[in-house]
Amino acid sequence: MKKTYGIEVDCANCAAKMEEAVKATPGIKNACLSFMTLKLNVEFEEGVDTDSVMRKALKNCKKIESDCEIYL
Amino acid sequence: MTIKQRRVFIRILAAIAFTAAALLLSALFEINEYLEAVLFLIPYFIIGYDILKKAFHGIQNRQVFDENFLMAVATIGAILLGDFKESVAVMLFYQIGELFQSAAIGKSRKSIAALMDIRPDYANVILPDGKIEKTDPEQVAIGTLIGVNPGEKVPIDGVVIEGETALNTSALTGESIPQDVKPGDMVVSGCINLASPLKLKTTKEFGDSTVSKILELVEHSSMKKSRSENFITKFAKYYTPAVCYSALALALLPPIIRLILGDAPHWYDWIKQALTFLVISCPCALVISIPLSFFAGIGCASKHGILVKGSNYLEALADAKYFVFDKTGTLTKGVFEVTGIFPENGFTEKSLLFYAASAESASNHPISLSLKRAYGAEPDSQRVNGIKEIAGQGVTAWVDGQQVYVGNQKLMQYAGVDILQTHNSGESMVFVCVSGTYAGSIGISDVIKPSSKEAIAALKKMGIKKTVILTGDVRDVAERVAREIGIDLVRSELLPGDKVNEVEALLAAKGKQEKLAFVGDGINDAPVLSRADIGIAMGALGSDAAIEAADIVLMDDDPCKIALAMRISSNTLKIVRQNIIFALAVKFACLFLGAFGIATMWEAIFADVGVMVIAVLNAMRAMRIKR
Repeated sequence: MKKTYGIEVDCANCAAKMEEAVKATPGIKNACLSFMTLKLNVEFEEGVDTDSVMRKALKNCKKIESDCEIYL
Repeated sequence: MTIKQRRVFIRILAAIAFTAAALLLSALFEINEYLEAVLFLIPYFIIGYDILKKAFHGIQNRQVFDENFLMAVATIGAILLGDFKESVAVMLFYQIGELFQSAAIGKSRKSIAALMDIRPDYANVILPDGKIEKTDPEQVAIGTLIGVNPGEKVPIDGVVIEGETALNTSALTGESIPQDVKPGDMVVSGCINLASPLKLKTTKEFGDSTVSKILELVEHSSMKKSRSENFITKFAKYYTPAVCYSALALALLPPIIRLILGDAPHWYDWIKQALTFLVISCPCALVISIPLSFFAGIGCASKHGILVKGSNYLEALADAKYFVFDKTGTLTKGVFEVTGIFPENGFTEKSLLFYAASAESASNHPISLSLKRAYGAEPDSQRVNGIKEIAGQGVTAWVDGQQVYVGNQKLMQYAGVDILQTHNSGESMVFVCVSGTYAGSIGISDVIKPSSKEAIAALKKMGIKKTVILTGDVRDVAERVAREIGIDLVRSELLPGDKVNEVEALLAAKGKQEKLAFVGDGINDAPVLSRADIGIAMGALGSDAAIEAADIVLMDDDPCKIALAMRISSNTLKIVRQNIIFALAVKFACLFLGAFGIATMWEAIFADVGVMVIAVLNAMRAMRIKR
């Protein structure tokens, strides 16, 4: 399953780190972030609750870059 | 400016005011060191508190070595050394730089988005009572009647019910010639109505309409990252810690060595140099300008009706050395046309065409259609009767009471006439016999697109090594087309599966850095499109299959667009390379100068912000290409 989210992040370097953090979240198979369009594409593993996974992903992102946002 | 940007802007102004006051006070009065510290720390905290907070946050989460950390260490270090002015200045310039960067990126985002401004804002839904209601396109169901006034965008794909007009398709295809539509024609969303009101019945939902498909594709394009982008991300991962450790070494090693050698250690100077080194090192200029260049390049391409599905494909296209073409529909129009008329025995061109078209009037075969088109009018059915098809040979019919045979050589033998002279003007020759007299022959062929030759020449000029045609057509025809437009290699009479094998063979033979592009019309060649390094589909407007299968999609069917796409690609790559080299060179030069104490912290911050701004401005050049 794939979903796209709008995001908010200030610098390109932080965006790259954010992508890493989302990718490392359990339940997420792959993630791709475009700093240019401020969009995040997430590919979930089968049968996970996307909402709770994304909340965890956002928490991981906040850890590495406090100033970012994922619009769930 | 966004709210966030405005807040930073106000903080910058406040910090400048407090710094100016502090400078003034310390110049006018004799003040002691403690008071000076307090005076300068006020603007320092106004401008830098969020950086300090983020740096602290980073350390807490074991995420050191980011920009905030660099800035915090550099400025706190300067404060501990008693350089209050410098620490305020560094923070201030850093924030100004960040603000400028965020404004520049916001601006670029907007102007690139403007290139692709095809999203309709509303649809005029026609209610059963004839009233018109402005509705969000996403709310419109299939089969709804909508009105499109002159000057408005077609919001959803549909079929014309009422009205005749011309549509401007340039936002989709980059093509400026308007397209005429009449009732019964399909219209795609994103076109602009030029002349008179149009009534449409929608055939798709907004989400499946052409506009949505294109927007989605372009939005996702920057997610497929190019090699250069991956290189930079990887580079930044190692670069920042490397710089931090170097700075630490710079602060500690020289003084310690001096101590061992029995000299004065000069701790102050070396620590200051190390802090300057840290300030210079921020990698953001690189990290932002590379994806920005690609995005600008993709935006430029979409403006010209070329959809690129990812930065990686735009990057690969610049390395394309082999171009493999499908023939029919790609280099040729895929429509048969009469290319030669050779009357004999007193017949004129006009009368020869008349007899041929009349006898063929009942058939829908592409060749019959081409004869009718060449004749220019619908043959009068009153004058034709007794049409009979002779399988594998042609047709016979009575036209104005005369028996006419139209077909191949075998049919002429059957009719008992000799072909007087053979002309070879096309792919198929049609012979005509009227009342036992040989009337002449007509050559019919698939017509080469007018711009095919120019397109191949343009590609060759750009250093393409080899151009190849792969076709299911017969050898003679394929070779004639190849000769005419300057193709190097022809592989003819191929079955669809053979095309993949041919491409595999070419892929195996080429150099590692060289890329192979396949250009097709997206019909029946999906396997080849996906097997090639770069699959290019043409004439894709309204054809979902082609958009799905290809990496690069040309909305119209002009082969010249391939060369244009290549130029956009190499232009973008050139800018990317410029930015990488420029940013790295300036960075390393400044790091070198900083390490030896030649560059001050002020110069360091200018180097950092300046490089970033120049790189961003340079990246924006990828938005434009000379036609």
